[in-house]
Amino acid sequence: MSLFVSPEVKGRIERLEIPWNRFGVDRYGVSKKHLALGFTAIEPFYRHYFSVKALGVEHVPRHGRCMLVGNHSGGIAIDGAMVIASMFFAKEPPRLAQGMIEKFLNRMPFASMLSSRFGQLTGLPEHAERLLEDERLLMVFPEGAKGTAKLYKDRYSLVRFGTGFVRLAMKTKSPIVPFAFLGGGAAFPTVANAELLGRLVGAPYVPIVPYLVPVPLPVRLEVEYGEPIYFEGTGAESDSVISGYVEEVRTAIATMIERGRERREDFASRTLANLSEGEKRVIGRAVSLEPEPGHGHARATDREGGAS
Amino acid sequence: MKILITGISGATGRIVAMKLLEAGHEVVGIDRRSWPEAPEGLEMHRVDIRSRPAEDVFRTTRPQVVVHMATVTHLVARSEDRYRINLGGTRAVFEHAARYGVEHVVFAGRHTYYGAGPDTPLYHTEDEPPMAMTTFPELADLVAADLYAGSALWRLPEITTTVLRMVYTLGPTGHGTLASFVRGPWVPMVIGFDPLFQFMHERDVARAIELSVRTRLRGVYNVAGPQPVPLSVLIRQTGRRAFWVPEFAFRGAMGRFGLPKLPPGALSHVKHPVVVDDAAFRKATGYEHSVDEVEAMRQYREAFPVVSR
Repeated sequence: MSLFVSPEVKGRIERLEIPWNRFGVDRYGVSKKHLALGFTAIEPFYRHYFSVKALGVEHVPRHGRCMLVGNHSGGIAIDGAMVIASMFFAKEPPRLAQGMIEKFLNRMPFASMLSSRFGQLTGLPEHAERLLEDERLLMVFPEGAKGTAKLYKDRYSLVRFGTGFVRLAMKTKSPIVPFAFLGGGAAFPTVANAELLGRLVGAPYVPIVPYLVPVPLPVRLEVEYGEPIYFEGTGAESDSVISGYVEEVRTAIATMIERGRERREDFASRTLANLSEGEKRVIGRAVSLEPEPGHGHARATDREGGAS
Repeated sequence: MKILITGISGATGRIVAMKLLEAGHEVVGIDRRSWPEAPEGLEMHRVDIRSRPAEDVFRTTRPQVVVHMATVTHLVARSEDRYRINLGGTRAVFEHAARYGVEHVVFAGRHTYYGAGPDTPLYHTEDEPPMAMTTFPELADLVAADLYAGSALWRLPEITTTVLRMVYTLGPTGHGTLASFVRGPWVPMVIGFDPLFQFMHERDVARAIELSVRTRLRGVYNVAGPQPVPLSVLIRQTGRRAFWVPEFAFRGAMGRFGLPKLPPGALSHVKHPVVVDDAAFRKATGYEHSVDEVEAMRQYREAFPVVSR
């Protein structure tokens, strides 16, 4: 086994603050061995293929309960995987971010087993609360499955947020660290979601990309963590109070997305300026996926105005 | 105290009886089965809990505490019998207890009450309803017995009722649902699934029951031992080997190739975990398990080594 595990990953696994039993399994079924293989497999993607840039990791507390709350970006779980990787590779000491996976995955062979071994539990409020009470790092995408279904043209937008996460943060007195994930929409440019095909394989939908083999493209990804937000209260407040707090988190995320987008566009235009004519033609073809010019600069917020 | 144990001749019943004797109690036992080497000073009655002579045991011995362990699983009895024993028997225990002045009834139930499924949470708490009745009808009578025993909390307020939802037992007696499941050299697993299994050593079962008696615990409590382990680890550590079966072939393979025979509903329990949170019980009674998972599996392995051919 150790042949396939990079020494760095091995060292970092040892520094995770998780109480393992003698078989290297924790009380939720997270397994050291599986984590080691998983992070070794993901490392080249994190470092080279997507060369993920992780900003503001210092905003995530070093120990204790915390909720990472961010936007979905990309039709498959690249966003979640890279957030987990950034907490593991860029954070000192490393932390294991534990997400809440879609229920349908737990019905599928292998997906069910592996998600449990990697600490990604079924998306149930009971699980989220228990992990926080257990001083773990919880990763939440309040957009839910509608967020992963975002099409390429909507990649900088946010869909409606659920409100449960704010109540949970208040009830468990956990800080919320907002994060913005950028580039997932370009790495996996969904042009449509096939619901019928999804039903056949037991998923809500299957994202369709405009090229033959549905693998993510080597696009530079970015994740930016913002300052922690604390809400005072019990979590039993009325919806009108809670939705104000949800909006606060949503705005924090949208602001970071907007900032990241400008940064990326700057980078792109600088790169384009240095390209030869031939290279520009090739890229021009790829960029024809872009929405109509007028649409391109819709603000990151308010795609579904009724969200608040 | 005078304590009546129903189902005393079962492997766990015997250990519980010994533990209570050791703690200085007077123990009376009821079982259909015999216990030839029952210890001195233990009053044994070979009767069926649902029969008239059983009522006479209550009438003449006047126990202060009843520990009700006379329930059976699908491994032991067919469904009609099971309903009669688990529901009829539990009803008889509570009726006699109310009539003959029993102060405390401990019902030894099972954690499978919660059921296993793809969308059930890990670490069930006592307030959760049973969720897997539709997928595993063979559990229905045990779930009903659990809820019936729990209803004594309001029906018979003069009796202190304890309902314990205990995890699987694993230890040298090799008794219980899980121990039977891993008995053969090959243990079936569904390809792509490796659920957590939670078990406790039989000695800790006795400890938990003795503590419930001692503290006059009232209410419904989960009881567990060490932290759960994945089925694959359990199989390896007990010296067995996993026999991987694709889900569609699982039903057909059960009972063949030396694999255990399982009811169809058990499939969900081989795919998904049933894991309970026993924090409330630990807090209320000061219970701590004494045998960890490594030791429990080792003892089982030594008591039931796999004979290599």
